[in-house]
Amino acid sequence: MKIEINNLRFTYPTGLEALRGISLTIEAGEQVAIVGQNGAGKTTLVRHFNGLLQPTVGSVLIGDWDTKKYSVAKLASRVGYVFQNPDEQLFSKDVGTEVRFGPRNLGYSKEKIDELVTRALALTELSNKTETNPYDLSPTWRKMVALASVIAMDTPIVIFDEPTTGQDAVNVARIAHVIAKLRREGKTVVTITHDIDFCAENFERVIALASGQVLLDGPAREILGQEEILAQTYVDPPQLTRLGKKLGFKETVRSQEEFLNSLKNSIDASQSK
Amino acid sequence: MAFINLQNVTYKYPLTKTPVLQNINLQVNEGEFVAVIGPNGAGKSTLCYALAGFVPHFFKGEISGTIEVDGVESSKSTLDEWVLNVGLAFQNPFNQISGAKYTVFEEIAFGLENNGVPREEIRPRVEEAMKMTDISNLADRSPYSLSGGQQQRVALTSILVMKPKLLVLDEPTSQMDPIGTREVFGVVRRMAEGGMTVVMVEHKMEWIANFADRVIALKDGQILLEGKPNEVLTSDVLAENGFGISRYTSTAREAKKRGLWKKENLPVTLDEAVEGFKLG
Repeated sequence: MKIEINNLRFTYPTGLEALRGISLTIEAGEQVAIVGQNGAGKTTLVRHFNGLLQPTVGSVLIGDWDTKKYSVAKLASRVGYVFQNPDEQLFSKDVGTEVRFGPRNLGYSKEKIDELVTRALALTELSNKTETNPYDLSPTWRKMVALASVIAMDTPIVIFDEPTTGQDAVNVARIAHVIAKLRREGKTVVTITHDIDFCAENFERVIALASGQVLLDGPAREILGQEEILAQTYVDPPQLTRLGKKLGFKETVRSQEEFLNSLKNSIDASQSK
Repeated sequence: MAFINLQNVTYKYPLTKTPVLQNINLQVNEGEFVAVIGPNGAGKSTLCYALAGFVPHFFKGEISGTIEVDGVESSKSTLDEWVLNVGLAFQNPFNQISGAKYTVFEEIAFGLENNGVPREEIRPRVEEAMKMTDISNLADRSPYSLSGGQQQRVALTSILVMKPKLLVLDEPTSQMDPIGTREVFGVVRRMAEGGMTVVMVEHKMEWIANFADRVIALKDGQILLEGKPNEVLTSDVLAENGFGISRYTSTAREAKKRGLWKKENLPVTLDEAVEGFKLG
């Protein structure tokens, strides 16, 4: 499902203008990463997608729905939102109940709910923890419960706010796996992240925000190579991209394989001279 | 004598079946900056709580062995006395912000007020601490109106302002952009140079390699490895045990297999990687 943002401005009641004229279209099935410095407006922007915030000026369309005309409860059938801090969204006595809550609220049939819950639990590797109280789990697993409870709602759009914060390498790989699965299912995924290596390896389109405006927007390969512009919003290019640049590679590299290929090519080229 | 001295520390929370820390022996010198790394569930936060006195004074549970900081044994002290010397910044800044104060400035002054620091001393100390972490511009904002990374800076500042002898930081940059991260590591390094002892849990290997004196790798409540940053962070053992690894290290390891990395040591930082790959 498509997201359309037209000249969006948002001012907090304190007078702080957090978004200053944002226009963007995110197509159905796109996987987009939003990057930018702390306070750039990333969370403020995505909180408009499910109606938690309403534009001061401009509009946000979720498919054909203007968020001004639909309640947060209604928008929840189209936009799933995984909070940065899982403790802000978990409240049930056990994992199974927590994950069932969303799809049940959306009024799906029992069979459909069972199927969605089973699938979400399997994808997040929680199938053996359904009877555990979420607060008896480590923060890592609580994060997976938060993911599962949103995925189970089967919304066409899924938002992740800093999914890899405080996660170890094993769990970052699990989260990347979940996002890849959503991509194959044709979901629109929007992810806020400071983990630029994670961004490079899992997203095709990158939007960089700075002081409430769009600084850069385009294919990850193009955007992540623009070291000087990214520096304006305190984003460093991925480690291997930086290394490739320092070594004088012509191409912008994003992954280990790309890096090693470029390295091999540059060595071959220098030997044939 | 070591400033921090942990002898055979084993600890179990009241409701857990297996110990979260197992037979930990750790000595840290005054002014040393030690980074603690490990997969989720390794016991990193619990180690922070043990150093900060929350384990066992607040969390109870069963503890054996001894925890000594600055010559005082934790079990013979109270939490009130302990926190005068040791500051802990929690992993989630939300858990730390008092909720009792309307502005960032007041939040940072809160600890000093509680300790009965004279009024005329509070203002300059708060201003100085805010300058160090570059948040002077947030002074009048509500702590709750801030972004995650900004809240982390406030949480860190409210500890720094207390000038503890031991600074314990549990993933202080997890929600920060690279500039924030760089500043925090810079501030912490300066503190260590000024004699403050620092124990910091972190996942950002490149930064650890650039700034820390020593690295402790924890897994399943035990110390798996410890030593100089480059030695520990490039060890094969880490890769095999689910630790996060710098892309420079993992890529050079693969390049080495293909004959594209000639140096003996693997890199952790950009500079080390550039130097090694240039040799081709």
